[in-house]
Amino acid sequence: MDNILDIQDLHTFFYTPEGTAKAVNGVSLSLKPGEILGLVGESGCGKSVTNLSVLRLISDPPGKIVSGKISLDGQDLLQLPKRDMRKIRGDRISMIFQEPMISLNPAYTIGNQLMEALLTHRKISRAEAVNRVVEMLQMVEIPSAEKRLKDYPHHLSGGMRQRVMIAEAMLLRPQVLLADEPTTALDVTIQAQVLELMYKLTEEFDTAIILVTHNLGIVAESAQRVAVMYTGRVIEEAPVKDLFESPRHPYTNGLLRSVPVPDQNRPAGREPLYEIEGIVPNLFDLPSGCSFHPRCSRIKDICRHEQPPEVEVGTNHMARCWLYA
Amino acid sequence: MDELLSVKNLKKYFPGPKRLLGGIKHHVRAVDDISFHIRPGETLGLVGESGCGKSTIGRLLLRLISPTAGSIFFRGDRIHTLNRRAMRPYRKHLQIIFQDPYSSLNPRMMVKDIIGEGLKRTTRISAIERRERVLDIMEKVGLRPEQYSRYPHEFSGGQRQRICIARAIVMNPALVVADEPVSALDVSIQAQVINLLERLREELNLSYLFISHDLSVVEHISDRIAVMYLGKIVEMADRNQLYNDPQHPYTIALLSALPLPQVGRKKKRIILHGDIPSPLNPPSGCRFHTRCSRATGICRDSEPELKEGDTGHFIACHGN
Amino acid sequence: MFMRKIYKNKLGLAGFIVILAFAMLALAAPWVSTHDPLKADVMNWKAPPSMDHFFGTDEYGRDIFSRVIHGTRISMYISFLSVLIATFFGVSIGAISGFYGGWIDNIIMRFMDAVMSFPAILLAIGIMAVMGGSIYNVTIALGFVYIPRFARIIRGSALSLRQKEFVEASLALGSSDFTIIFRHILPNCMAPLIVQITLSLAYAILAETGLSFLGLGAPPPAPSWGNILSDARNLMLDAPWMTVFPGIAITMCVLGFNLLGDALRDILDPRLK
Repeated sequence: MDNILDIQDLHTFFYTPEGTAKAVNGVSLSLKPGEILGLVGESGCGKSVTNLSVLRLISDPPGKIVSGKISLDGQDLLQLPKRDMRKIRGDRISMIFQEPMISLNPAYTIGNQLMEALLTHRKISRAEAVNRVVEMLQMVEIPSAEKRLKDYPHHLSGGMRQRVMIAEAMLLRPQVLLADEPTTALDVTIQAQVLELMYKLTEEFDTAIILVTHNLGIVAESAQRVAVMYTGRVIEEAPVKDLFESPRHPYTNGLLRSVPVPDQNRPAGREPLYEIEGIVPNLFDLPSGCSFHPRCSRIKDICRHEQPPEVEVGTNHMARCWLYA
Repeated sequence: MDELLSVKNLKKYFPGPKRLLGGIKHHVRAVDDISFHIRPGETLGLVGESGCGKSTIGRLLLRLISPTAGSIFFRGDRIHTLNRRAMRPYRKHLQIIFQDPYSSLNPRMMVKDIIGEGLKRTTRISAIERRERVLDIMEKVGLRPEQYSRYPHEFSGGQRQRICIARAIVMNPALVVADEPVSALDVSIQAQVINLLERLREELNLSYLFISHDLSVVEHISDRIAVMYLGKIVEMADRNQLYNDPQHPYTIALLSALPLPQVGRKKKRIILHGDIPSPLNPPSGCRFHTRCSRATGICRDSEPELKEGDTGHFIACHGN
Repeated sequence: MFMRKIYKNKLGLAGFIVILAFAMLALAAPWVSTHDPLKADVMNWKAPPSMDHFFGTDEYGRDIFSRVIHGTRISMYISFLSVLIATFFGVSIGAISGFYGGWIDNIIMRFMDAVMSFPAILLAIGIMAVMGGSIYNVTIALGFVYIPRFARIIRGSALSLRQKEFVEASLALGSSDFTIIFRHILPNCMAPLIVQITLSLAYAILAETGLSFLGLGAPPPAPSWGNILSDARNLMLDAPWMTVFPGIAITMCVLGFNLLGDALRDILDPRLK
């Protein structure tokens, strides 16, 4: 049992007037200490809901974690009383969101907010807390950190806010960091800064990350393992090199080929990008069998009727596809 | 003449925050002395980070806003001084596609009215002909005829972007400004829309000004690329030239910061320190000097001009 | 679609039915009423409710039932027409103000603020005092008083809609301001507008009653609800039916409009979709 986080057969559904949306429909993932797991997929595939489920932050109603098991270091989080769960959030598991402006309260100074996070979880004096906050802000390369404590979030630039978010998330040296599109709202050069910082800190504290993103480039450069999600299920999971070099699921394959990659040796004439046909299906109205079958280029008859099983297609390489079953 | 559109010394200053008693202290120099041209059938990519003024340029070209100074020529005609009425004949040649496929479609209008609006406004064709034309364009962009009378909320993001594209090309324009047209779309849908834009360019002999922050996408679709930083073009070159031999330190940093979906091709990443300065109060001299690793005294004091190095490769840097 | 949603919202449906009933009553007043609402019958003064006079009679022996039914007509007439006036001017002013912005907006909205700074009923009283009491003047006064509310709502929506890309796209097609206001801005303001209309209808009924009660509304002996109450105020203990029945009518009608308005707000709110 060397996994720090284990998600087993998680089902999170949303009950709405239009019907039941099975946003997460049987997801199993595991995370070793210090490991970075990339969780990739398009909008509505359930990657963010998976993350929120880990922290039990699904708003109920309309959402509900229907079944499954999420264990942190052997402790089942779904069985914990609410009070104990609150102690875990922000302490042993913390989260970074896409929009730092939403997660930082505009009415309080950043010093105030970081201190609060620290003082709720640790019995330490204020002076000590100030020291730790300043130290943390210095680690995320906020210039003249002591003066910045009195700044409000709107005083900071987008990149700086995201760095403050990282400081807040890492302040208690969590075992697991859930990063939900942490750099999507940022510019390319700022994104590089922020990612670099995040890796530096998590390495130092031996924090494991679930990195939720739609950006395949970020995953390729930073994750050790990658899970690809589609309509609430993990359809392929593999070590990063295997996944990018020999993707097995037609969806993964299509995704990788549809991203333009600057190629220095490309001839002047242009090749069109590879297209996955059709659109991501509506969660209320999923296709029968394998939910990818209407868009799949290698469809077999069975795909239309039966849900494909998980198939071991290589060492630690799983694909949910009838091609290999 | 081989220039479809050309821009000379274009400037757009927006009034900054007002001081308590009268007077505007600073202007936001969104676009500051920019010149470029677009040839017929060509795609010019415009890349840059937020606040660099790339979207402002798109809106200036269409005269949705008026320039503070400088000139814009369309097929040799000066259009920067035209009033709204005089601008009207040029409208159908210049069209725009926006980033957000939700706010760019009127939720109370049906697809046929959205696409047909321009035809109704500028041509005298009959309702039957208009219907034909709209259906024809819908097919071209990959929409089905039965979607003719639907409302935007019945469509996904990618399909909405197809409606926006249809609205732009139904006018048979010469130049389409595409302002981050795929940034809001899912990865698998992005490829569909990019291919559609490419195909339409060939079929209809369009030119694009393709504005984006995503270098991979710009590289894929553009013939030439201009890199902007804080209201200025810092480098402009042929696509291959720019990617194989970037000269400006900012372009080099941008390229190196680009995450690529390939494993094991780790390149040396240049991390730029500091944040993008505010265009309200840009740094003196070369605007990039505050973040540049090669900055010297001259960069702080004087602004580098955009000069041609190799043929067609323009760079604004004292280091070159 | 819309009817199905309102059908699901039970309170809204109740409001809708009440309003529909009052509207039909107003149209059919001459046929529904049992007596001439103006005809005095001194032999039968202050008669309690009976089979002949459902709601009893007042101090001149006029049939309260018939007066309330005809009062529906007057109240509905005044409230619908005044809200129509307010909507027309309010929407035009708000759309121009919000679309053009700048100094036009500044001048118009400061004037609207000035009008709004008076309590609505006081302003209406002032106008009525100057113009003199008549059904038309009540309508005009109330219409005027409610213009700023409509102008504000439309201006707010127009300000944000003007920034939308579909407006820019239409400008890029060479559309005129007129087209943009009518095709792109106003249709997208419908939801808040409809809600404001329903709620204003309720205010207008109350305001008309209030003005008539103070003797500044429809001149007596016209049987407006306010007038009936006004006549009854000295006899509240003597002949309670004189106040109770018109009171119930007013309450029901205002409640109906408010329920309908709240339901419409829920149904039309795009955030809840």
